[in-house]
Amino acid sequence: MKTVGKPVRKKDAMQLLTGQPLYTDDIAPRDCLIVKLLRSPHASAVIRSIRRDIALKVPGIEAIYTWEDIPQDQRRFTLAGQTYPEPSPYDRLLLDRRVRYVGDPVAIVAGADERCVERALSLIKVEYEVQEPVLDFRKALDNPILVHPEENWESLCPVGADNRRNLCAHDESSHGDIEKVLSECDLVLDRVYHTKACQQTMMETFRTFCTLDAYGRLNVVSSTQIVFHCRRIIANALNIPKSMVRVSKPRIGGGFGAKQTSVCEIYPAFVTWKTKKPSKIIFTREESMTASTPRHEMEMHVRLGAMRDGRIRGIDLHTLSNTGAYGEHGPTTVGLSGHKSIPLYGKAEAFRFVSDVVYTNVMSAGAYRGYGATQGLFAVESAVNELAAQLHRDPFSVREQNMVREGDVMPAYYGQVNTSCALDRCLARVREMIGWEEKYPARDMGNGRVRGVGMGMAMQGSGISGVDVGSAALKLGEDGYYNLIIGAADMGTGCDTILAQIAAEVLDCGVEDIVVFGADTDASPYDSGSYASSTTYVTGKAVETCAVKLRRQICRLGARLLGCGEDETEFDGKYVRRISGEAKDGQGERAPQEKAAGSQRPDPCRRVSLQEIAAASMCGNEIPLQETVTHSSPISPPPFMVGAAEVEVDMQTGRTQVVNYAAVVDCGTPINPNLARVQAEGGIVQGIGMVLTENVTRDEKGRVLENSLMQYKIPTRLDVGSIRVEFENSYEKAGPFGAKSIGEVVINTPLPAITDAICNATGLRFRELPVLPEQIAMGLYTV
Amino acid sequence: MRINIILNGRNIQAETAPDELLIDFVRKQGALSVKRGCETSNCGLCTVFLEDKPVLSCSVLAVRADGKRVTTLEGLKEEAEQFGAFIADQGAEQCGFCNPGFVMNALALFRENPDPDEEEIREYLAGNLCRCSGYEGQLRGIQAYLRWKKEAAAGRDTPPDKK
Repeated sequence: MKTVGKPVRKKDAMQLLTGQPLYTDDIAPRDCLIVKLLRSPHASAVIRSIRRDIALKVPGIEAIYTWEDIPQDQRRFTLAGQTYPEPSPYDRLLLDRRVRYVGDPVAIVAGADERCVERALSLIKVEYEVQEPVLDFRKALDNPILVHPEENWESLCPVGADNRRNLCAHDESSHGDIEKVLSECDLVLDRVYHTKACQQTMMETFRTFCTLDAYGRLNVVSSTQIVFHCRRIIANALNIPKSMVRVSKPRIGGGFGAKQTSVCEIYPAFVTWKTKKPSKIIFTREESMTASTPRHEMEMHVRLGAMRDGRIRGIDLHTLSNTGAYGEHGPTTVGLSGHKSIPLYGKAEAFRFVSDVVYTNVMSAGAYRGYGATQGLFAVESAVNELAAQLHRDPFSVREQNMVREGDVMPAYYGQVNTSCALDRCLARVREMIGWEEKYPARDMGNGRVRGVGMGMAMQGSGISGVDVGSAALKLGEDGYYNLIIGAADMGTGCDTILAQIAAEVLDCGVEDIVVFGADTDASPYDSGSYASSTTYVTGKAVETCAVKLRRQICRLGARLLGCGEDETEFDGKYVRRISGEAKDGQGERAPQEKAAGSQRPDPCRRVSLQEIAAASMCGNEIPLQETVTHSSPISPPPFMVGAAEVEVDMQTGRTQVVNYAAVVDCGTPINPNLARVQAEGGIVQGIGMVLTENVTRDEKGRVLENSLMQYKIPTRLDVGSIRVEFENSYEKAGPFGAKSIGEVVINTPLPAITDAICNATGLRFRELPVLPEQIAMGLYTV
Repeated sequence: MRINIILNGRNIQAETAPDELLIDFVRKQGALSVKRGCETSNCGLCTVFLEDKPVLSCSVLAVRADGKRVTTLEGLKEEAEQFGAFIADQGAEQCGFCNPGFVMNALALFRENPDPDEEEIREYLAGNLCRCSGYEGQLRGIQAYLRWKKEAAAGRDTPPDKK
C-alpha cells in the first residue's frame, strides 16, 4: 500500500500551526449582530412576565425575543443530531415559557456590539413563578413534579418514553435466564458505580454565524459535526422549510461529541431570519460549562456471576441515566452502557440489561466521546477487577479466560459475530508494556508513596449499524487532480486527510493530488455526520467504493481516446494504457505491463495521460468523470483496546498521579498511524481527567459549581505521566482496507484501570468518579 | 482613547476603551491567530509576546501595551513554520485551536532555554491546555525539533520537510 497505513501529515496542518484565520469567529462578517442569551437563574420556573421595553432603549440594540415571540403550541424539536426517525424526544421550543434548568434561555438579545447587548441583558425584567425542581436523578422517575408536563411533548420512536413519569426512555434486553444462572454461580458481585456529567471541553466553545444568501435563504456557518442534522434542527426550530437553510462548517476547534448537538445554532439563525441581518453567537466558556451538552450522568448497578475458577457466567446490568432537562441523546447513549460492555465477556451464558433514562432539572446531557460505553465499561470492567481481587486472581488472567474472541457470536451486541478482533494480542502486549509481572499489585516506593497498577478492556462500535450513512463524491479536475467532496466533518481528527489517503490508495496518486471539501449541505453529498465512530469506517468505505467507480470512468474515457474497448485498458494512476491480449490474459496483470512500458518508448496510440483525459472530459464529452457513492453498513465492527495504568499515591495527602499508561488498540488497519496514535493519547488523557480531576457538583438550587476552567480541571501536561500506545491490527473485511474506528474506544480504559490501580495502591475501592485526593486521604485516615 | 502599539513590527495607532483587553484589540487589528478558550486565564490559547515576553492577552488591558511591541503568531511566520513542521509530523496539531498559543509559548521557551529537558518542557508549557492531543505528540514534536536544531548547530543540517 502506498498511502494507507502511512503517517502522512494532516492536509491542513501547517495552516493550523501558523495560526491562519480558519475558524468560525475568524471568518464571520465584521458587522454581525452580536447575539447573547438571557438565562434562567432557577432550575424550574414559569415566566410570569417579562419586560423588554427598557432594555430595547439601549443604543445599538436591534431586537429582543422572548417566549411571547414563539408559538408555545408549535411542534417541539430536539437539538440532538441524529438520523430519522430521531430517537431523542421532541421536547424543546426556541424559547419556552417554562424554564427547566439554571441556564435555560429566557430571552435572545441582538445588538451592535457586546457592550450594548450585555447592558440590555441586565435591563430585562423577568418575573418568575419559581417551582420546586427535581434535582436528584435517583428520585426523578414517577416523581409528582414533572419536568415536561406540556401536551405537545412528543416521542417519535418507541423508546419507552413517558413524560408523565419523567421518563425519557426505558429498555430491556436479555439472553438466557439470568436469574437462574446467577443462582447457580459460586459468587455474585453486586455493585453500584456512578459517573458524572463531565464536559467535552473542546478548546473552541460553541459558535455560529448566519447571513442571508442571494436567494434570501439562511446561510449558517457553524462549528458543528453534523451539518445535515443541523439543517433539519434549525428548520424545525424556526418552522421554515429545510430548503431555506444551508449549513456549512469551517475548521472546528474540537468537538468530542459536543458539536453533535446543535447547542447554539438556532439562536443566531432566528435573529438573522427575523432581522435579515448577519448575526453571530459565541458561547463563553461559562456558558459552555453550564448550558451545553455534557456526558450523561449514570448510575450502574451490576450483578456479576462467576464460578470459583474464574469463569464469568452471567452479567446483569441496570443503568439509570440522567438526561437532564431535555432528552438530547438520552434514549441512545444509555444503550451503549450495556451493549458495549457486556459483549466483552462473550462466554457468559446469560445477560440482562435494563435501562431507565430520566428527566431532571439540570442542564441537558448529550454526546461525549464514548457515548455511554465509557460509563458502562467503567462499571463492568471495575466489577471484573473486583471479581479478580476477590478470587485472588490476576485481572489479566480472568480476562484471558473470559473475553470475547474473533468469530464469537455476541448476544449482547445484537447477536453480531465478532468479525475482527485482536483483543487477545492487545491484552498480552499491554501486560508486557506496563511491566505487570514486576509491578502488580503495588510497590511501596519508600518515600511515603505507593505505586499501584490496574487495567481495563474496552470496545466501541464503528458507526451505527443500518443507520449511519456516509457519502463521498469524487471528480477529476483539470490537471489530473481530484476533488473529494464529503459531508463528514473534520473536527481536528484529520478525517479530511484520512479519507484522502483512502482515495489516493485506490486512484494510485499522492494524497496531495486529492483536494478535500466538506462539509456543506448545499454542496456535499448526504452524510449523517462525524460521530458514533463512523467516519473512517462508514464514509471511508464510501470513498473507497467511489474511487473504484471513478477509476472505471477514467478507463472508459481513456478507452474512447485510445479507440479500444474499456476492458482492454488499465489505469496506473498516471496513464490509461491499452493492454495487449497476452498481458490481459496473464495472471500478473499490471506489473509486466508497467515493466514493458518502462523499457520501451511510450507509444501514443497505446496510452493516454490523466491530464489528457481530464482535458478531453471538458470538450464534447458525455462520460462523466465524477462519481458519488453512498454507503451504510449493516454491522458495526467493534474496535478493541486494553489499557493499564501505573499510579503513584501520596499516602499522606492522597495526591494521585498517573506515572505510566500503556495501551494497545485494535482499530483494524490504522489508515494513518500518527493520527490514530494521537486519537488514542488524547482519549486516554480525557479518561484520566474523568477519573482524577474533572468533577461536577451542584448547589442546592441546581447550579453547576464547576463553571470555568478554573474549577473544572482538565488535565495539563503535568498531570498525565507517560502514555505509550501501540497497535495490534486485526483486519475488518467490511471496512476500507480493513479499518475499523478509533475515535471513541480510546477514552474508556482509564476509568477502570486507574481506579483499580488506586485500589491496589491504597486498598480503597472507589465506585464514584472522580476520585479526589481528599477522598483518598480521608479514606486512608479512616482505615 | 488612542494607543500606539507596534504590532508584529507595524506601527498601529487605534482607539481603545479603558477596559478593552489586549486579545480583543489585536484581533480587531487583524491578528486573528490569537484565540480565546476561557475567561479565567487558564487555557493559554491567547498567548502573545509583549516586549518579547509571553503574556496572556486575555489578562492584559490593551492600554498596558501602549508604546510597546506586541508579537502574535502572524509576526513569527518563519519560526512558526519551522517548529510547526515537527508538530505536523506527529499529527499533534489536531483541531489547531490551541496551536497559536502553544507555538508562541514553545518559541518563548526555546528562546529562554535552548536545550530544555522533558520536565522543563512540561513545566514551561503547563499553562497551555490542549484537549485533543493528550500532550504526548506535542512533546515528541518538540523533542524532534530540538534534536534537529542541535544537529543543525553541529553542522549536520537536514532541513525540515515543508511538504
